[in-house]
Amino acid sequence: MQFLTLVAVLLLMSAAVYRMGRGRAQVLAGTEARSLHSLPSYYGYYVALWCGIPALLLIVGWLSLEPFILRSLVVDALPTEAKALSPARLSLLMNEVRQLAASGDFRFSSGPVASAAAEQYRGLRATSFGAMTVLALSLAVGGAVYGMRAISPKLRARNRVESAVKVFLVASSTLAIFTTIGIVLSLLFESLLFFQKVPLTDFLFGLNWSPQTAMRADQVGASGSFGAVPLFAGTLLISVIAMFVAVPIGLLSAIYMAEYAHPKFRSIAKPLLEVLAGIPTVVYGFFAVLAVAPFLRSIGQSVGISIASESAMATGIVMGVMIIPFISSLSDDVICAVPDSLRHGAYGLGATRSETIKQVVIPAALPGIIGGILLAVSRAIGETMIVVMAAGLSAHLTANPFASVTTVTVQIVTLLVGDQEFDSPKTLSAFALGLVLFVVTLALNVVALHVVRKYREKYD
Amino acid sequence: MTTASESQSRPGDQGINVAKVTANDVNVYYGDKHALKGVNLAIQANEVTALIGPSGCGKSTFLRCINRMNDLIEGARVTGTITLDRQNIYDRDLDVVQLRARVGMVFQKPNPFPKSIYDNVAYGPRLHGLAHSAADLEEVVITSLERAGLYAEVKDRLDEPGTGLSGGQQQRLCIARAIAVSPEVILMDEPCSALDPIATAKVEELIDELRENFTIVIVTHSMQQAARVSQRTAFFHLGELIEVGNTEQIFTNPQHKLTQGYITGRFG
Repeated sequence: MQFLTLVAVLLLMSAAVYRMGRGRAQVLAGTEARSLHSLPSYYGYYVALWCGIPALLLIVGWLSLEPFILRSLVVDALPTEAKALSPARLSLLMNEVRQLAASGDFRFSSGPVASAAAEQYRGLRATSFGAMTVLALSLAVGGAVYGMRAISPKLRARNRVESAVKVFLVASSTLAIFTTIGIVLSLLFESLLFFQKVPLTDFLFGLNWSPQTAMRADQVGASGSFGAVPLFAGTLLISVIAMFVAVPIGLLSAIYMAEYAHPKFRSIAKPLLEVLAGIPTVVYGFFAVLAVAPFLRSIGQSVGISIASESAMATGIVMGVMIIPFISSLSDDVICAVPDSLRHGAYGLGATRSETIKQVVIPAALPGIIGGILLAVSRAIGETMIVVMAAGLSAHLTANPFASVTTVTVQIVTLLVGDQEFDSPKTLSAFALGLVLFVVTLALNVVALHVVRKYREKYD
Repeated sequence: MTTASESQSRPGDQGINVAKVTANDVNVYYGDKHALKGVNLAIQANEVTALIGPSGCGKSTFLRCINRMNDLIEGARVTGTITLDRQNIYDRDLDVVQLRARVGMVFQKPNPFPKSIYDNVAYGPRLHGLAHSAADLEEVVITSLERAGLYAEVKDRLDEPGTGLSGGQQQRLCIARAIAVSPEVILMDEPCSALDPIATAKVEELIDELRENFTIVIVTHSMQQAARVSQRTAFFHLGELIEVGNTEQIFTNPQHKLTQGYITGRFG
């Protein structure tokens, strides 16, 4: 709460200083607005930035360093027997100290050592916050004064403000990129731990997936085999079925929307089709479980095929329905991007509408359509909720679409749900699966974007 | 249906021996806009007829009536008759696909298909089943490219994409594509407006050669071009046909004040 007040005060100061800076610039300019290098508001922004940014940076830096410094101070002050604890026990103790200090309620303290340390921690934190407040506010005032003194008709306030904006934008995009890198690295490190326990070749080429590891030597039914091939085969099977559903329906509806439909119909039908993309995947999941799977099974019974109630077919069909709007929307865009001059050229030679579409429009749009399909495939491979609900759990290596298969994403979910120990290969294998999945979808995305971009260059 | 004697009595038809295309009281509406007003015009076979006039005067609209490309425009409506060899092309029985096989078109901007040079030219013959064997088709393609004056430049790269050619070559490729279906009439909608002077000269030379076998109607913004390539010139203004006659006469001795004003550059 105090912290939020501090930030609010800083923002208010900046706003006030903005007005002061702008006013001062106006006074300096007098009647001759041209004598200023920049518009008065830029001088205002300039001073406001000087007031707000250094102080906010100080706060950010302070808050990120504070825990480490406080911790080392508190640990130094601990009695010698506590200091002799193993690192793991010590960090447990520090966790408790922090919690006690935060709640202020020492009734549940594990002992006098912890209570005393928590008391000290609280005191240190209060001092630290006070110091930070004073420093930040004085920095804000100092910055504002510096900025106000710097205002002169010659000051290139516009250029300074523009470069500050640029730095801010660069920082934002860097943050997004670093988040991605962070995700990849966390996957990578856990996967490396896994591959220390299970050889990479066993994982990539093994045909048997049974991730139960033995806890005791005499345990039964704990084979602990980590061959990921059945999982990838299952993912592939379901994705292929989904594509068989989504590509024809999506593409044909895109052709209809782009080439045949009356603009009025199109303006209603296209958003309706795109509603499919807005349905939560969990809803698709129970649609698959409650409607499609029983329906398929009863059809199977009447024609004499045995269809598992968690068949790859039902899951794939529903996933395909989910993907239709991706393909139709992207294909619609690229078909509309094919220049009319090509269509007129074909019509002018006496081609009919369907001949024009088949022989001229689709070939011209093909790279873009393929790009859209690849994006949809990567979406299908990474899809989780539908398969968790509708696909099976046990890993079968089969190409029979009516059998039950499991997918990579389903296994990642089941491996990480519930209580986990992060040193067993069973848990770690989820990260390895995730890494492979990530690499596959990333590769698909890169190829797809490349294809789409190459196409764009041709007509723009 | 109009008879030849009737059409010869019209003022716009002086000097016509064999009218290939005859327009009678053609009106075009785009929604509420009356874009072409009561045009009567006869087009002489094996001649180049140039349509000139300021922007928005309806010359392209008239051109697009001759192969019914206006059908493709939402809200466009055509009244009156246009006859091709005395057959009304706006007749209900007439198949627009067959009409467009007889009346080819070259567009303002070169629009080769994103296919190979060979496939671009072979597109029309394949579409209409004009070639009975691969050898036949190849002959048609090569003859068309030769007649379009492009064969020498592309004979070693027929399987390369047509979009990789230069602008002038692309336009000649489009002309080759149009003549590959052996049309009777070729419509050209400002075919040189996207080309440089050298490419323009080549295309103009080509138009002059094509006159021998085809009837050509060309829309152009360049009066020099109209004077260079055409035998007859029709001047349009605000949707009306103002004056039509021999190109030489139109450019040296225009009868109408508006025509005079346009060709001397007073407006346009």
